Amino acid sequence: MTDNEHSVGTGLSNNKLLMWVFLGSECLLFGGLISTYLIYRSRFADGPAPGDIFDIPFTSVSSFVLLMSSLTMVLSLSSLQRGDYRNTRLWLLTTALLGALFIGGQVYEFTTFLREGLGYSTSPFSSAFFTLTGFHGVHVSIGIVMLMSLYVSSMRGNLKRESSETLEIVGLYWHFVDVVWIFIFTVIYLVPSPTS
Amino acid sequence: MTQTIEPQVESTSEDEIAHQPLGVYTRPKGGNGWRDWVTTVDHKKIGILYGAAALFFFLIGGIEALLIRLQLATPNGTVLGADMYNQMFTMHGVTMVFLVIMPLAAAFANYLLPLQIGARDVAFPRLNALSFWVFLAGGLFLNTAWIFGDAPDGGWFGYAPNTGIVFSPGNGMDFYAIGLQITGIASLVSAMNLIVTVLNMRAPGMTLFKMPVFTWMILVVQFLLVFAVPVITVALFLLLFDRNFGSNFFNPVLGADPLLWQHLFWIFGHPEVYILILPSFGIISEVIPTFSRKPIFGYPFMVFSGIAIGFMGWGVWAHHMFVSGIGPISVAAFSLSTMFIAVPTGVKILNWMATMWGGKLLFNTPMLFATGVVSMFTVGGLSGVTHAVAPADTQQTDTYYIVAHFHYVIFGGALLGIFAGFYFWWPKVFGHKLGEKLGKLNFWLMLIGFNLTFGPMHILGLQGMSRRIHSYSPGFGFELWNMVETIGSFIIGLGVLLFLINIYASAKKAKGQPPIGPDPWDARSLEWITPNPTPIHNFDEVPNIEELDDFWHRKYGKDENGKIVRIASAEEVCQDGSATDVHLPSPSYWPLVLALGFPFIGYGLIYSLWLCVPGGIMILMSIYAWAFEPPDDPEGNHDDHHEENNDGVTQEVSVD
Repeated sequence: MTDNEHSVGTGLSNNKLLMWVFLGSECLLFGGLISTYLIYRSRFADGPAPGDIFDIPFTSVSSFVLLMSSLTMVLSLSSLQRGDYRNTRLWLLTTALLGALFIGGQVYEFTTFLREGLGYSTSPFSSAFFTLTGFHGVHVSIGIVMLMSLYVSSMRGNLKRESSETLEIVGLYWHFVDVVWIFIFTVIYLVPSPTS
Repeated sequence: MTQTIEPQVESTSEDEIAHQPLGVYTRPKGGNGWRDWVTTVDHKKIGILYGAAALFFFLIGGIEALLIRLQLATPNGTVLGADMYNQMFTMHGVTMVFLVIMPLAAAFANYLLPLQIGARDVAFPRLNALSFWVFLAGGLFLNTAWIFGDAPDGGWFGYAPNTGIVFSPGNGMDFYAIGLQITGIASLVSAMNLIVTVLNMRAPGMTLFKMPVFTWMILVVQFLLVFAVPVITVALFLLLFDRNFGSNFFNPVLGADPLLWQHLFWIFGHPEVYILILPSFGIISEVIPTFSRKPIFGYPFMVFSGIAIGFMGWGVWAHHMFVSGIGPISVAAFSLSTMFIAVPTGVKILNWMATMWGGKLLFNTPMLFATGVVSMFTVGGLSGVTHAVAPADTQQTDTYYIVAHFHYVIFGGALLGIFAGFYFWWPKVFGHKLGEKLGKLNFWLMLIGFNLTFGPMHILGLQGMSRRIHSYSPGFGFELWNMVETIGSFIIGLGVLLFLINIYASAKKAKGQPPIGPDPWDARSLEWITPNPTPIHNFDEVPNIEELDDFWHRKYGKDENGKIVRIASAEEVCQDGSATDVHLPSPSYWPLVLALGFPFIGYGLIYSLWLCVPGGIMILMSIYAWAFEPPDDPEGNHDDHHEENNDGVTQEVSVD
């Protein structure tokens, strides 16, 4: 096929191209949510202000955990491409665990904020904050489910070296969710937030 | 060349699992009857399903429109109360935009796009079926709001805070938010699928700039959908959370911005306008050259102006908000960008006219509808330019002038173009033409009725008649034109009725007759190389493409004097559909089951969260069953030989 002079495709497989197009669409989903947050970050009504409540060191650690999961994702794929099924599963599981650790951190953060008086209905800021980070958390969770499905599939001997593209495509999604977090972390936490 | 993926070959263990798909039931084997239709993954059948469902919603939306016109026929009308009127115009708009024009375009795209690029099917046949069923589920869900007595009443644009729980306490706007969310999923899935299809599955030799203009316009629309749908998804989620979970996105009391919804909605909403019109532009770009006996004038300009419209469509949204207080700089900027977008649109109008110029024009019904689009859309485009002038727009906002404008572009532009497509491609799909006599009557009634209905709205609007108000008092000079409009709307209704009669009568006449021969219109694009109606496998062998309008070039050549002469008859050029060993994707239950989960979740969010549980289980179960079901059933009733096309390359429909 590659030596066909009439070749008119993109060279990407259909499945991979589908994932890329989907991720393009996701950019606009998070774009809308991030814009909403930016408009509302200083509208905290009588509730806690973002600058008073964020625990940047804690979130930095959980961000680091999520970023490391991208590394383990790559290690898993490279193991599979080498036909090393044992390490594929090891790194898959590590990736899922790191993702779960991040989600655990988010749950802890949310409950802390709730105790400090920042509920979902407190202010436009709180609604925007919980919605944006919540949507991201749901994306990570879906990613974990996909990773675990692949793990089970590999246990049953169905995730072969030849079909490593499946893992690669799930990896694309996983890396995308990580990259989005870099934006969210920067926009929400690192950019100096208004204080009350 | 198309992508060659052979995932079935190596994954034998996956095949074994598929023999017992979760132990629920065995895989559908195809065949005939209703079971075949609900499990089909054939892009042609899905296209027909889209068309039939959209025509059904078209009748509902049309009846709503007639009720609106009855209410407004005379001053102080009593046909509908104020509340019912609000529901009526909201559902009319939502239905016509999301459940009629968009799915009708999807019907043509599904049926024709693979044929025009020389593919056996779309890239992901099961996802294609999923798009249709999710769309149908969403459309029916939305319309059940009538049965539960509380249809959406906040306009198709659903402006929050007006649609928040404080001002719209009923369930109507929940149906709106969830229903559009569901149809949005359908649009998104379908758009991603068609993009991959066009980019990866074209016949050998068909470079992007040898694709028909229709395919190009559909491609642009799919990109618009991929990037526009998530924005309204965000807006609808925020509205839903505000209404049901107490968030404060649209609560100005706590400092929320009342313009947030308007921005999010119109960032989606303006590309949406082009999502509605570009398929129709594509259709008439096929019809006009065919019936002018000339190639399309300035093909690259047609394509690039379509792409330009796609890009510029993102930079004009705030012209819907000139009176909302966005400030003079924003108004000036969006005024300018709105004037600019008239340029590529004007290029298209001029190119259609130049295509007709000097051609041997044949005014068959499809051509009549196509010229209707060119003329009526121009009227709508011109009134659109008057909106770009912000001071004039300030005067026109919320009057019937606006209603006149968008009906000239959506009815006069999009819908007439879709009717041109119906008459043009009916023989391709069903193997017989629609009646010409009834067709012409259908056209003239719709054209006259349309102008009687929406033409006077320009006058009424400039006289100051407000839209979205359920009645008007006598003595403002509104009586005459309102009566004319109501009469006009019933003439449109008669035209639509004739169309339905035409469908029935021509099917009856064709019954027992052999299907119409190849190439009934002496057409130009690749879909006509297949027999009519199209066989299940589309192409006996995938053709090699050498030129734009390759099919036409196979029929016509130049003699020694450079004069264009016929070199081959349609019978010689067209395929006879006799191939039998073509490998096709197998049907599946899962798209339907997955789609049925969504309304459960929708009702659950409105009435009782417990209902979400079965919905969620259906969706999850379907996703896993789907993933473990190979796209090609090893026990399916098709030959398992991979089809070799004339390049010796395996043409395969891939996994989804």
